[in-house]
This record gives sequence, structure tokens and C-alpha cells, in this order.
Amino acid sequence: MNATRKLPSIQGSVVADRIYRATILFFALCVPLLLLLIFVEIGRAGWPALRQFGGAFLTSSRWDPVQGEFGAAPAILGTLLTSIIALLIATPLALGGAIFLSEFCPAWLRQPLSFLIDLLAAVPSVVFGLWGVFVLVPLLRGTVMPFLRDTLHLGVTPFFTGPAYGPSVLAASLILAIMVLPYIAAVSREVLMAVPRSQREAALALGATRWETITGAVVPYARTGIFGGIILGLGRALGETMAVTMVIGNRHELSASLFAPGYTMASLIANEFSEATSDLHLSALMAVGFVLFVITLLVNAVARLLVRRVGEVRA
Amino acid sequence: MSAGAIDASGAVGQPRRPTRSRPVALARRRGVSILMVTLTCLAAAVAVVPLVVILVYLLKQGASALSLSFFTSMPKPVGEAGGGMANAIIGTLILIGIASAVGLPVGIGAGLYLAERRGTRLANLVRFLADVLNGLPSIVMGIFAWQFLVRPVGHFSALAGGAAIGAMMIPLVTRTTEEMVRTVPQSLREAALALGYPRWRTSLQIVLRTALGGIVTGVLVAVARVAGETAPLLFTALGNQFWSTKISQPIAALPLQIFTYAISPYEEQHAQAWAGALVLITLVLVISIVARVVTRARLGGGHD
Repeated sequence: MNATRKLPSIQGSVVADRIYRATILFFALCVPLLLLLIFVEIGRAGWPALRQFGGAFLTSSRWDPVQGEFGAAPAILGTLLTSIIALLIATPLALGGAIFLSEFCPAWLRQPLSFLIDLLAAVPSVVFGLWGVFVLVPLLRGTVMPFLRDTLHLGVTPFFTGPAYGPSVLAASLILAIMVLPYIAAVSREVLMAVPRSQREAALALGATRWETITGAVVPYARTGIFGGIILGLGRALGETMAVTMVIGNRHELSASLFAPGYTMASLIANEFSEATSDLHLSALMAVGFVLFVITLLVNAVARLLVRRVGEVRA
Repeated sequence: MSAGAIDASGAVGQPRRPTRSRPVALARRRGVSILMVTLTCLAAAVAVVPLVVILVYLLKQGASALSLSFFTSMPKPVGEAGGGMANAIIGTLILIGIASAVGLPVGIGAGLYLAERRGTRLANLVRFLADVLNGLPSIVMGIFAWQFLVRPVGHFSALAGGAAIGAMMIPLVTRTTEEMVRTVPQSLREAALALGYPRWRTSLQIVLRTALGGIVTGVLVAVARVAGETAPLLFTALGNQFWSTKISQPIAALPLQIFTYAISPYEEQHAQAWAGALVLITLVLVISIVARVVTRARLGGGHD
């Protein structure tokens, strides 16, 4: 009696299992579908501009909404330039900090210090921007830029010349450096902590100093993952919007001087999107978004592959 | 995943000869070592400086403009001091609500899938793409949401803004859910199945419930991250100077309001921007700290 009553319920649960599996499969498929949808929608919206200007869209530096001519070269180069400078500043600090935390830090300090560095990643972009506008930019204008140009005589190079406006490629790069630092530091720290003890012990047993152990045995082992972390930081820097928009000065010219204002792809979109009057202008901005999307997609894919490989070795 | 990749990495990790062959005075090598160790210590200290500096400025500049009325009153017209961001605070809460309604089911569902179908090709692909999606620039999500949700409808709305930041929550929630579900012992699952529980009830009522604490923590972290997002809201939620709780209309949000006030030329609005930033960062940091403390308690403090 009992068994006959159970029977339908088992069949019911088979159906319910199928429904459950189909549901989680559907949600899982939402992730690739979302990416595909973004690719198609933004690509479609940017297509008119890409078709009209072709390769010149990427190479021309003429961005003139009135004449209906759009070349995104200054924004693309500005994006790459600010991101690379940011990485040059952030990487030594992040890597040094990560080495300290994984190798030399007293145990009681490791958790709190790691947490403080991680917290930096939680600060919203717009807050960095606010701080940049009212603290960093005046500091650059009043102190740092004159110091670099005149006191250090770096003004003889083309990179530190011109009037010190404040909002500049330099300001954007510095803000970006602060923003990507926690990402590089966190990945590097994880990767370094995953290096087997035996690696260090072997080096120390051979008579290496503490630093030689790091450069000779620990960092080479973790190289791939650290590189992945830096690329991950690059991905963040390339797409960072609000803080950069607020401090870069937003000008369609690429100057060799870091003191000059500039543009990045993200800040160009943020700045002009709501003012775009013509369909072509809008399409050009969408095309910029498409280029940014494709670049960050590739960068992130590479970063994840590098970091993942390390994770697998550890597992 | 393949053995080849592991071998390749292993080969990369071959230790170099740690000591140099040419004779270098031991004292000098020790000196270099001490210097470099000190430098790494310095780098760690410098890495903490920006957070401290930003927090100090926020407290210094924001606290003076912050009062009870900041939370209860509406923005004052241009040129008038005082006023508050009541509409933006409510707006941000509404946007977080919409984002959660969009992002949580998808994120938790996808996370369950990744944990249960671990090792399958599709699961690996979805996990990889979730990580890639996590690095999507927020402005790209913003213009996508505009193209997909605002343009066809013809007007800006809280719904579009909430959906945009909800989509940004998906990869975070997916990965946390997966990690947390994976920590549930297999024996628990087997016990439930042995008792005749159907698979779906085992997953939802036993496994998911056991992992719930960790998932809630991950959700909190995701909420903290999207609460401060501005770029996806610029062309979707748009912002609103007036009181509005309608999800089909433009809505104010704390990050948008901070941005608008920060780039405005008026002193009074700058003060409001600092106060708003102080409120926002307090919200974000408190959530982050709570999440961290809970996670550490759960994992016994050893991990991460």
C-alpha cells in the first residue's frame, strides 16, 4: 500500500529533477548568452560608424561631431598610455607588497594588512574620482608638476612639458595606478603563497639569502600567475571609467606630454554619450565601446588563462 | 585542465640556481637581501597609504556636511547650502533591489550548475566566461543596457539601471556560489540521496542550505561592489532631482549624485558630494568588513 503510494511520487521527482536540471542549465547558459548579446548589440549599434570610416576609425585622430568625422585614435592611444603608465607605477608596489606579505610579514600582521590592501578594491570609482578632482589634481598642479618640470629639470624631455593645468594624462595614470594596485597585489599574493615550501627550503639550504630565495626560487615558480595578475590589472585599467573621466581633462588630442589633458575610450563614451545628437555620433561612440569591449575581452581571457593554470598546478 | 598544461607550468617553475657561481662577498649578498626585504616592506606600507589618505579626506570633508537632514531631505536648488540626498539614498536601495532580483537567481543557479557539473566542458566554459564577464568595463555594460533596454522603450528607467548593475553581479555571485557549494561535504549529499531525497531537493534543501551562509556573504560583496557603480547608471537610471520610486522612471542614485555634484562649479554641491561619498563608502566598507569577518569565522580564519 505504502509502496504503491510512493511510486507516483518517485516519478514526480524524476520530472522535478529534470525541471531542476533544466533550470540551472538555463541560468548557466545566461552567462555566455549575455556576453554574446553584448557583443552583438554593441557591434550592431557601432556598425554604421565602423563601416563608414573603416580602418580610419582606429587610426584617424579627427573627432568632429559637427562635420560628422570620427577617428578614435587619440582615445585608443590615451587608453593604452594611461593603462601602461598605471601598470608601471602599480606593479612594483603591488609585487613588492605581495612578496612582503607572503614571505616576510609577521603572521599577526598578514591578515589585517592583506585586508587593508583588498579594501582599496572596494572603494567605488566615483569616490576615487571625487578625491582625484579635489585633492590629487590640485596637488599635481601646485606642487608635483612644477617640481617634475622645473626642479628636476624633466621639462627638457617632451614628456613633462607645457602648462600644469592639473587634469591630465598624468593624473589619470596615477588614479589608475592606485585603483589596479589591489588587484595585482591580491593575485600575486595568492600565487606566491601557493609556491611549495620545498622550493624555498631548497634555495635556503643551498645557501641563498632570503632575497636570493625570492628571486631565484619563488618568483620564477610563480611567474605565470603574477603575469596573469598584471594582465588582470591591465584589463581593469583599460575599462575604468568614472575616476578617469573626472581627472583626465577630456580633450581630443594626443600630446607627448603627460601634463596635457587627453581622453580614454571609456571617458569619451561617458562624456559624450548623452550629448550625441546625430545617429552617426552615437554609432561612433558605440563603435568605441565595441573596440573597448573586444580589447578587454581578449586581455581578460589571457589573464584568466594564465591565472587558472597556476590554480590547477596548485590543486 | 590537460596534463600538458600542468607539465608546461611545472617546467616554467623549475628553480634556477639560487646562488651565483661567481664569488660575491657574503656580506654584500646579505646587505642586498636586507635592503630588498626592507623595500618590499616599504612597498606594502605604501600600498596601504591611498586607502588611508582617501578615508581621512572623506571623513574630514564629508563629516562637516553630514547631518540627519542629509538622509531625510531632498537636494536644495543650486546655490543653496544644506539639503540632503534622501531621494538618491532611496534610489540606490531600489536599484540594488532590482539588481538583486536580476542577478541573484541567475548567479546562484549558474553557480549550482558549475558546482554540480564540475569538470564538464560546458561548466569549464561557463566558469571561464563568468571570469571574463567579471572584467567587463562598467561603461560597456552601461551602453549595452541603454541599447537593449532604454532605446527600444524610448525613455530612461530605474529598471534598466537596476538590470545593468544586476548583470554585473552575475559573475561574482556565480563564482561565490560555486565555491561555497563545493565546500559542502559530499557525504552530506550522499546521505540525503540515500534517504530517498530527489536530487533537486538534495541540492536546494540540503546542499544550498548548508552553503547559504557563505553565499549570503558573497552576495553582500557583490552588492557592495555594484552599490558604488556609476558608469552603468549614467545612460540608464539617469538620475533624478526629484523624489521618485517608480521603476519605470529615471531614478536618483548616490553614485550618480556624487558625480554630478563633484563636477559642478558650486561650493555647496562639492560639500554635498563629499558627504554623499562618505555615506557611500561607509555602506560599502561596512558590508565588505562584515562579509570578511563572517567568512573568516566560517572558515576558521585560516583561508584567505
